[in-house]
Amino acid sequence: MEKTDDKNQQQEEEQVVNPWEVSAKDGGKIDYDKLIDKFGCQRLDQSFVDRVQRLTSRPPHVFLRRGVFFAHRDFNDILDAYERGEKFYLYTGRGPSSEALHLGHLIPFMFTKYLQDAFKVPLVIQLTDDEKCMWKNLSVEESQRLARENAKDIIACGFDISKTFIFSDFDYVGGAFYKNMVKVAKCVTYNKVVGIFGFTGEDHIGKVSFPPVQAVPSFPSSFPHLFSGKDNLRCLIPCAIDQDPYFRMTRDVAPRIGYHKPALIESLFFPALQGENGKMSASDPNSAIYVTDSAKDIKYKVNKHAFTGGQESIEKHRQYGANLEVDIPIKYLNFFLEDDAELEHIKKEYGAGRMLTGEVKKRLTEVLTELVERHRRARAAVTDEMVDAFMAVRPLPNMFD
Amino acid sequence: MGYSKDQLLARLKELQIEFSQYEHPIVLTVEAQAKYVGNTGGVLSKNLFLKDKKHRYYVVSALADTKVDLKVLSQRLGLGKGGLRMAPEEALGEILQVPLGCVTPFAVVNESARHVSLLLDQGFKTQKCCIFHPLSNDMSISLNAQGLDKFLESVGRNPSYIDLEANPPVGKDQPPDLAAFVPSDSPVLSDLPGKAPSSQDSTVKSVGAATNSAAAVTAKAVKPSGKAQNVKEKPVDSVRPPIPAADAGKFVEELLDRASALLLSEISEDSIKQHGGQLGDEVANNIKKGLREDLKNLATIFKNTAYTEGFYAGTRYQPKRL
Repeated sequence: MEKTDDKNQQQEEEQVVNPWEVSAKDGGKIDYDKLIDKFGCQRLDQSFVDRVQRLTSRPPHVFLRRGVFFAHRDFNDILDAYERGEKFYLYTGRGPSSEALHLGHLIPFMFTKYLQDAFKVPLVIQLTDDEKCMWKNLSVEESQRLARENAKDIIACGFDISKTFIFSDFDYVGGAFYKNMVKVAKCVTYNKVVGIFGFTGEDHIGKVSFPPVQAVPSFPSSFPHLFSGKDNLRCLIPCAIDQDPYFRMTRDVAPRIGYHKPALIESLFFPALQGENGKMSASDPNSAIYVTDSAKDIKYKVNKHAFTGGQESIEKHRQYGANLEVDIPIKYLNFFLEDDAELEHIKKEYGAGRMLTGEVKKRLTEVLTELVERHRRARAAVTDEMVDAFMAVRPLPNMFD
Repeated sequence: MGYSKDQLLARLKELQIEFSQYEHPIVLTVEAQAKYVGNTGGVLSKNLFLKDKKHRYYVVSALADTKVDLKVLSQRLGLGKGGLRMAPEEALGEILQVPLGCVTPFAVVNESARHVSLLLDQGFKTQKCCIFHPLSNDMSISLNAQGLDKFLESVGRNPSYIDLEANPPVGKDQPPDLAAFVPSDSPVLSDLPGKAPSSQDSTVKSVGAATNSAAAVTAKAVKPSGKAQNVKEKPVDSVRPPIPAADAGKFVEELLDRASALLLSEISEDSIKQHGGQLGDEVANNIKKGLREDLKNLATIFKNTAYTEGFYAGTRYQPKRL
């Protein structure tokens, strides 16, 4: 039974989480337990992580170990089917609203790459240039251009071209994809979509009719050049939890049109440098580390803008230790420091006051610089021709190898 | 087939760039142009098409009154004292695809001008409107710098404005401040990294998403070290060489370099003392652990590049004649 999101209930100062806005109650932290409860998805517990390790014969991704991907819908069905020898495909996407990608944007892609490698399954990546054209009032050309630019950063995350299809809505909508869009649209009343997404009478009809576009990549028949004859293929969607409304709608519709419900695996929000009160914002350059930042920029941002849980003076710090609950460098290390033992050590020493904030920041700067540097080098190897190849409507004969 | 004037005007309208257009008889000089559009309130531009000794091309677009000293510019680009001269007439037609007397920043819309470096006078930014030829000498258009920027960005260029009259010293401790503007087809500075393969032709459908070679040009340039004025390009840290493309030899060298660097760092007096005879196992494990992900990433890039080359060839293959 899916819980539906009743927008009318959100009158009190509740936290707001939907695809276009994320803000905590009273400017505090996002309450993820409440979110899971409200949305009606499941917690991803340690037993899942162990099972994934067993099935893929490799250590689980750092995001799984640290609870970054913490919620799911029907992930157990995917794993059950996988154990029986039934494969699945991955579906994720990006709304190309800006050229500047920050680390928060990369998280679902880093995790999806791991899933592709670990389970050896194909992937479709949707670039919702039409959505950004409508919501951010960009011109069609500009949103298409941004889609291509973003595609390069996405490719730089290391996806295997023989198993990955990237498409932009403006290029691809039509044919079988559009047929599915109409099938989905017929199953969702205007009232329902208003209830889920909060549209008003002032919103233009483009917005109102957009949700099916993001829904139908969950159905294999939308990609006849890839999955023809495989109508039974399941779909797993790694995404940040604010995308849940789209897929609640999709899961509601799927059985009515004879398709499997897509499964979801959802992540926390990557906190802004200044602290845990929402998502990073592409419009404030100091709230995030961008993939184009130099080592100097990263050092500056971490040192000057990262919100820490350290005490005001060294004496106080040694006495009371750091407040790990709010410390951003620790949270970032939680995402990106691979070595579990080292992270534990840092948390212990910093929490006890034996390690100073400066040291933690220094380690974080190292980790982030290495990450951004690696990304940039991979990005430099992505040519326009490579983007064309990733985006070409072509068969992927080795997609399950 | 170069872009035509009408195509350009249509494009500007599509991008919602405000401009005024003035038709007049064909003009070949700024003075002649001034007779027809000198009183329209916009400022005239002079546009030079230049070439250096290594056959790299530059369009310098400046306010008509700005003094442009080719000797100084040549030094600031790192080409030495006499490195720049006016490009030959044939190059105008071949590369910019505009007629004589019609050099204009808009010419970079053409595929053939992919590798031409564009230097814009910062003076444009303070003017209400500036006048350029829209790929044809029988018309002039007047628009502001933001409009020009919007157009340039739409064809994949990163517009940057420089002080063309500046004459900073260039020497051992002051690297040429405009070095980043030199197209990277052949490196100027000796430690400039080689470029990844990018073919001349483009299979892209939409014009707006056309060639990002300009981005590739600026991305490959070395940031001159430390003190010198650096024009803000797309920031790239190129201290290390970029990932080699689908060149098996280079790929293997990169892998071996990384492996041996890690190996050497693992073997020290301390580690020998610590592990003794087991050092081999210990080092082997650490190398695998430390390099696994890195090498997989490199291999994926190599695979993707090779696939792309094959794909590209496939789209142009001619079926066997039966």
